[in-house]
Amino acid sequence: MNRRNSIKTITFASIGAGLLLEGCYGISREKIKRSLTRYEYGRTPEEKLYDDKLFAEKCFTNYELFTFDKLCNLILPPNEFGNIRDAEVVQLIEFMAKDIPSYKEPLKEGLVWIDDESKKRFDNVFVDCEISQQKEILDEIAFYDPNKSIDDYPKSVQWFNLVRNLTMTGYFTSEVGIKELGYKGNSPNIWDGVPQDVLDQYGLSYDKEWIDKCIDQSKRNDTAMWDDKGNLIT
Amino acid sequence: MQIKQSSKEYDVVIVGSGAGGGMATKVLSEAGLSVAVVEAGPYFDPANPEQMTQLKPAYHSPRRGAGTTRFFGDYDQAYGGWDIDGEPYSQNEDTDFRWFRSRMLGGRTNHWGRISLRFGPDDFKKKSIDGLGDDWPIGYDDIKPYYDKVDKLIGVFGTKENIYNEPDGFFLPPPKPRLHELFYINAARKSNVRVMPSRLSILTKRLNNDRGVCFYCNGCARSCNVYADFSSGSCLIFPAQKSGGQIDLYVNSMVRTVTTNEEGKATGVSFIDKEDNIEYKLKGKVVVLAASACSSARILLNSKSKQHPNGLGNSSDLVGRYLHDSTGGDMMAFIPQLINRKTYNEDGVGGMHVYSPWWLDNKNLDFARGYHIEVWGGLGAPSYGTGFNVNSFNKFFGLNKAGGYGNSLRDDMKKYYGSTIGLSGRGESVAQRSNYCEIDPNKVDKYGVPVLRFNYKWTDNEIKQAKHMQDTFEEIIHNMDAIPLWKKPGKDANYGLTKPGQIIHEVGTTRMGSNPKNSVVNEFEQLHDVSNVFVVDAGPFVSQADKNPTWTILALAMRSSEKIIEEFKKQNF
Repeated sequence: MNRRNSIKTITFASIGAGLLLEGCYGISREKIKRSLTRYEYGRTPEEKLYDDKLFAEKCFTNYELFTFDKLCNLILPPNEFGNIRDAEVVQLIEFMAKDIPSYKEPLKEGLVWIDDESKKRFDNVFVDCEISQQKEILDEIAFYDPNKSIDDYPKSVQWFNLVRNLTMTGYFTSEVGIKELGYKGNSPNIWDGVPQDVLDQYGLSYDKEWIDKCIDQSKRNDTAMWDDKGNLIT
Repeated sequence: MQIKQSSKEYDVVIVGSGAGGGMATKVLSEAGLSVAVVEAGPYFDPANPEQMTQLKPAYHSPRRGAGTTRFFGDYDQAYGGWDIDGEPYSQNEDTDFRWFRSRMLGGRTNHWGRISLRFGPDDFKKKSIDGLGDDWPIGYDDIKPYYDKVDKLIGVFGTKENIYNEPDGFFLPPPKPRLHELFYINAARKSNVRVMPSRLSILTKRLNNDRGVCFYCNGCARSCNVYADFSSGSCLIFPAQKSGGQIDLYVNSMVRTVTTNEEGKATGVSFIDKEDNIEYKLKGKVVVLAASACSSARILLNSKSKQHPNGLGNSSDLVGRYLHDSTGGDMMAFIPQLINRKTYNEDGVGGMHVYSPWWLDNKNLDFARGYHIEVWGGLGAPSYGTGFNVNSFNKFFGLNKAGGYGNSLRDDMKKYYGSTIGLSGRGESVAQRSNYCEIDPNKVDKYGVPVLRFNYKWTDNEIKQAKHMQDTFEEIIHNMDAIPLWKKPGKDANYGLTKPGQIIHEVGTTRMGSNPKNSVVNEFEQLHDVSNVFVVDAGPFVSQADKNPTWTILALAMRSSEKIIEEFKKQNF
C-alpha cells in the first residue's frame, strides 16, 4: 500500500467520526482533513499498515462518541488554554480502545451503565440530562481513596477512572495541554543549568568544583582537542 | 529451498551492524578491505525524515507515544522488541529470560542510554579478587589504547576523577546537573555514596565536521538527526562509506549459518533475504560475527558440519554458556518540596547528567560485585500515561480522597508535574556455566532457522545485591525527604531484581580465554577452532563489570579489527 492509498483509507474510515465532528462540533472540514493526514511520525511500513488498520476500524457508535464528548467535557471543562476537542481527546479514546483491545469492553459497558443510571434517576439518557443531574451521577463514581486499590471499587468507579485517565492524558499530551502544563522542551536549545531563581527557591547552589568541569556553552562549537593526558585544550 | 550464490568474494563478511559490527566496518573498510555488512533489519538513518522521530511532539502519534507497538514508546528507535512476530525464542522450565532485539541498521545503538563507561583494571581480574567466575586473558593496559581511540573517534562527555577502577578518558565537558539531580547529589553524599558527572557518548562540544553538537532535546533514544549521539550507523558506518570504503550493505538479510569448506575454514555466510524469502550465500575470506551475543551464538550453533559437528567454534561445548545480563533494581519517589514547581526547559541530554559509580568494597558485604546508580526525573515531555491517576499523590498529604472531575484536575496536574525522582541500580552478576542459550530442537522461526532456548537462574549474589540496592535507595530517598512510590520489594520478589535479559546487557556466550578447552575465542575475539571467524559483539565478555558493555564492545572490536588487518598483511587469510 503506498502512502497516498493509506491516507485515502484513513480518510474514508474516519468519515463517520469526521461527520460527527463537523455536525456536532462545527469543526470545519478543512481542519478535520488536516488532523487526519498529519500522522507522519517515523513509522516502518508494517507499523503504518497496523495504524491504518486501526483507523479503519470503528469501535464506538457516533452516539457513544458523543457521550464520551459530554463526559470528557465534564472532566476537563474548557478554559482559556483550550478544550478537549482542540486536544482531540475523544479521538484518542477511540484509538486506544482499538490499540489496547482490553479497554474496549469496559469502556462500552460503562457507557451502558451511565445511561441506565440516568434513565433510572432522571428518565433520560446521560447526554440529555441537565448538567446538575450529570454531576449528581458523577459525584458518586468520581472519587476513590488513593490508599486503596482501584480494583476493589465497583466497576462504575473503575470505568470513570479509566475515562478520566484517558481524558487527562489526551489533553495534556496535546498541543494546547502541553502549553498549559508548561512543558517547554523537545526543541533545540542550550541547557546551561537550573535557573538561578529556581536554585534560590530551594536553597540550592552548584558546587564550584563541579561546575568548573562542565561545558562552557560559549565554546561548544570549538572542535575538541586534548593533550596527551586527556586534558581538553579547546 | 532455492539458494543463490554471488560470485564475488569479499575480504570480510560482517554479520550485524550495531556497535561491534559498525566498528569492524569502519576499521576494516578504511584499511582498504572489501566488506559486506549483513543486517537483519532495514536501512536506517536518523536524519531520514521518513524514519525520524526526534523532536516529534506526542500528538503526532495517534496513540500519543504509547508503548503498544514499540515497547519503549512510539518514538523509541528500536525496530523490534522483546517479542518479534515469527522470530520466537523459548525457555526451559522456570527460566524467564527476556531477549530484546532491534532489527535495523545500527541495531540497538540507535536507542541505547549512551552510558559509555570503561571497564577498570579490577573488572578484568575478578576471579583473582573474589575467586568467582574467571579472569579475562587481557587486562586494562591491553585495552586502554583502544578506549582512548574510541573516546576520540566517537566522543564521550565526563570528568577526570582519578578513581582507580573508573578510569578516566578523553572527555568532552559534561552538562550541568538538573534540579532533581542536585537533590540526588546532596542526598547521596549524606549516605557517603559517591556522585559524579555521568559519562555519555553525546557531543556536548564539536568533535568533527561530520557530526553536529547536542541541542538538548532529551531525544537520544530517538537517535539524533544531526548525529550528536553515538549510533553505529551515523557515527561509524556512514563515515566509513563517506571515506570511500568498499562497503556493500545487505539489509533485511537474516543470517542462518557460517558456511565452511572441507578443511573446516569459514567460506562466508548463508542468509535469508526477508523480501523474497530466498536463501543466498555470500563469500568472504573472513567472517566477523557481530549479531549480538545471543544471535551470534545461535548462528555458530546452527553452523553444524562434518568438520564442526557440535556447531562452529564449539569444540569446548561453551558456545551459549556463561550468558549473563546486568542486575537491575529500581525505585521511584515523590519529593513533596517539588510540588507546584516553576517550569522551564529542563530536557538536557537524553540521559542523566550525574550518576554514582560503585563506591563500596565487597570485602565488607555479603555479596560479590558492585552496581552503579542511575538517576532520572524532572520536567519530562508529556506522553501517553501523563496525567493518569493525576492526584493519587494526595495520599502523601494524609488525604484519603482522589479522583474527581472539573478544573481542579488541571491544578492537580500542575501541582505534581515534575515532582518525582527515580533511582536505578545496574550491577554485575557472576557469569555461570549453567546459564546458557542453546538451540531448541523443536522450534524454528518463520525463516526456518532453529531458535534459541534459554536457561537462566540468578544466584544468591545477585539477589543480595538487589537487596542492597533497595536499602541504598531507601536511605537516599529518606535523605531527600522524599517518599517512595511503592513498597520496598521483599524476599518473595527477589528484592525487585529484574528478570535476566531485562537490562539488555546480555554478554558472555562466546567467552574469551587463552585455553581452548574453557573458552570459545582468544584475546583477539578469534575462534580457537576456526582462525578466520571472529566474534566482536559482547559474546566474548568473560565478565560484565557494573558498567554498560558498549564502550568495551567498541574498544575490543577495534582491537580485533586491527588484528584482522595485520593477519591480512601477513597473508594469513
